[in-house]
Amino acid sequence: MEMIKKIFNKSSLLVPLVSILLGLLVGALAMLAGGYDPLLAYGSLFKRVFGSSYHMGETIRAITPLIFTGLAVAFAFRTGLFNIGVEGQFIMGMTGATLIGVLLDLPWYLHGPLAILTGALFGGLWAGLVGYLKAKRGVNEVISSIMLNWTALYLANYIVTKFLLEPGQQKSRNVHESALMSIDWLVQLMDKARMHWGTFVALACVLVFYILLWRTKQGYELRAVGHNPDAALYAGMNVNRTIVKSMFISGVFAGLGGVFEILGVFGNQTVLAASVGYGFDGIAVALLGGNTPIGVLLGAVLFGGLSYGSNGMSFGAGVPSEIVRIVIGSVIFFVAAHGIVKFILKPLKLKRSDKSKEAA
Amino acid sequence: MNQNETVVQLKGITKRFPGLVANDSIDFELKKGQIHALLGENGAGKSTLMNILFGLYQPDEGEIWINGKQTVISGASKAIELGIGMVHQHFKLVQPFTVAENIVLGEEPQKGLTIDYKLANRKVKEISEQYGLKVDPQVRIQDITVGMQQRVEILKTLYRGADIVIFDEPTAVLTVQEIEELLEIIRGLAAEGKSIIIITHKLKEVMALADAVTVIRRGKVVATVDDMADATEEKLAGLMVGRDVSFKVEKQQSNPGDVVLDVRDLTMNGDQGKKVLNGMTFQIRAGEILGIAGVDGNGQSELIYGITGMRKTHGGTVTLNGNDITHLTPREISKSGVGHIPEDRHKHGLVLDFSLSENMILGTYFDERYGRHGFLDFKMMDKTAQELVTEFDVRSSGISTHARALSGGNQQKAIIARELHKNPDLLIAVQPTRGLDIGAIEFVHKRLVEARNQGKAILLISFELDELYALSDRIAVMFEGRLTGEVDAHERDDAKLGLLMTGSGKREG
Repeated sequence: MEMIKKIFNKSSLLVPLVSILLGLLVGALAMLAGGYDPLLAYGSLFKRVFGSSYHMGETIRAITPLIFTGLAVAFAFRTGLFNIGVEGQFIMGMTGATLIGVLLDLPWYLHGPLAILTGALFGGLWAGLVGYLKAKRGVNEVISSIMLNWTALYLANYIVTKFLLEPGQQKSRNVHESALMSIDWLVQLMDKARMHWGTFVALACVLVFYILLWRTKQGYELRAVGHNPDAALYAGMNVNRTIVKSMFISGVFAGLGGVFEILGVFGNQTVLAASVGYGFDGIAVALLGGNTPIGVLLGAVLFGGLSYGSNGMSFGAGVPSEIVRIVIGSVIFFVAAHGIVKFILKPLKLKRSDKSKEAA
Repeated sequence: MNQNETVVQLKGITKRFPGLVANDSIDFELKKGQIHALLGENGAGKSTLMNILFGLYQPDEGEIWINGKQTVISGASKAIELGIGMVHQHFKLVQPFTVAENIVLGEEPQKGLTIDYKLANRKVKEISEQYGLKVDPQVRIQDITVGMQQRVEILKTLYRGADIVIFDEPTAVLTVQEIEELLEIIRGLAAEGKSIIIITHKLKEVMALADAVTVIRRGKVVATVDDMADATEEKLAGLMVGRDVSFKVEKQQSNPGDVVLDVRDLTMNGDQGKKVLNGMTFQIRAGEILGIAGVDGNGQSELIYGITGMRKTHGGTVTLNGNDITHLTPREISKSGVGHIPEDRHKHGLVLDFSLSENMILGTYFDERYGRHGFLDFKMMDKTAQELVTEFDVRSSGISTHARALSGGNQQKAIIARELHKNPDLLIAVQPTRGLDIGAIEFVHKRLVEARNQGKAILLISFELDELYALSDRIAVMFEGRLTGEVDAHERDDAKLGLLMTGSGKREG
């Protein structure tokens, strides 16, 4: 109970909350300017998210990859690295899972786990490469990971078209039933919403994230390097190896996100015309969540909910769903520029202290 | 103008920050042409007071009178308008710009739409000649020494017409010679009729320079001395700290044991292929302190990097207790019995965003004591931290406080506690009292001598000659990557030391 109080008392929670409100406000202004009714729009957004068991299930489906990518960004960030390449690692995760899922035919208790592990490994190695380049060659991780995003995109498309293509279509053959990760009874229960084990793995990853960083010696090392690589070096830590490790783990989170999109949701991999976007949204989620595991979870819920609900907005109020991107963009803006939020909050705080002075 | 005219008068200045009264109804008076020292320990409230005078903070209570008129100083620009200039401890210069460009920045002489650089250069030259501050207006800031950069800062204030110049800890970053030069400059400014406030906690400078002293302790003025004939270093130190302070480090004759550290012909190549260490050879025995004197940048840092394994050496050997540790990793060297108090405690000594208890295991966290199977044992960590904090009197609001929130002195105490807790045979201390106030310096010195008495070998590198003489059993002098000689640590001879430090002494050892 004390713990919960502590979390909610912190101003660290206040800023995101106010940012969300301000974001919604900006979105409302944009709608008003466009001649739409913001209340009706937000109403239909919430109705879409909570309206039926199918939509609730699909919202959870939309949230799940964001948890993975948010964790990936946050993890690297905790070690002082800016992993912009989550997008590419996500795609590599998808590709790894598809490869195993399509090409191999194994009993279910081997096939699924192997596909998951391969995808996670693909993501991890893809990010590890960025870490290696940084540690050994001093290449800035932002640059190399952005470039590797494109490499991953085209490599994945190449692999799909060359080895896995369903004849006559722009997508891979279907993953064998034995590798699929959907939860059939839950799918039935949620009115055919695409429920899968990935959601539970994502929640487990939230816990792993916390334990790894704050309970283990490995995490101690990662955080020390993140806060102060010089001091870490003085303390005898191998800073370069830590950087590679951190990127690898970050990539594993991202890769898992991709894995479950294939094994849990689509069952095959399309030839992508453009990036999937989950990786970039992950940056926003991590930022909103203050790079903490719980924060990432909440951030993913918000972003996933808003994105999925935006379809309802265009359906119910005729508002283009892109408006939600404005809301999300403004929320990110206000979180990043928290000085503005504090500035807005200042008069409120002053009034309060004036009152307490009067009382005294 | 009357020489006794008061130019600045602060009456009852009070400034509160959440949880602390930084200034508690402070009265302060500066006369024209006076050099007035504001003396106090770190965190006593000196800088806050001066920031109020410079318009960076607004006082909660009190009045500011400038040249006999009550004023509200709403910001730095208002302060400059009133003829107040401030030379900050951390310079605010644009590195790739030239000296003249920096000085005129914000008030550039214009010619049409462009800046009249010729006029700027000429003006800067004029002012610098008038006050005897020699600088070349056309060199870039990044190419000149720290001492020169400080002159540029002083010129900046003069260019803006300052009559009252505030110096915030001006000597903290300077070498011995540069300090001498600065003191001359300040005297010159006062002679020209400028009024000077100098914030410091160094008593030597106060005694050498000041016409008057105001001593601040915990936000309150504890004494104002108008006649420096009444002041002695001991008396001022006592006022500043609030108790008697002994400058003498209590120390018995050393009783050296076996050789602990044996460095032979150690060489290291720098980035440009030049040798930064050029055949260092020395030994330290158990129970003695070897001080290394020398001007900064003569290979002192590289020597430490070489011994602790943080940089590759290119020749020679380092032997600890008879074991060759030359090419081991930093961790292996640390584990074989080397403790290290690094020069820059923020950069190298602590993870500022870690709690005190996390910082206390920075070099030993991998030890089984602090948890098995890769997990951390927080109970054990906290227990160790609590013991060390108590033993070394590290003052904080608890061991879960972030290191960032500690004062410099307490941060340094924490590092010393951690390094001594490793029970090393060799303790390397680089500038262990840099930036600390008297109370903390006393503590650090006492602990170092205690460690030596317990039979540890101590390698001390310091740029403060007083410190070297106070602590060392032997003093070696380093110049351009090698030792140029050894001087008697018991009979101080600055002249001989100075010669060795500049490489003109006879080569020995």
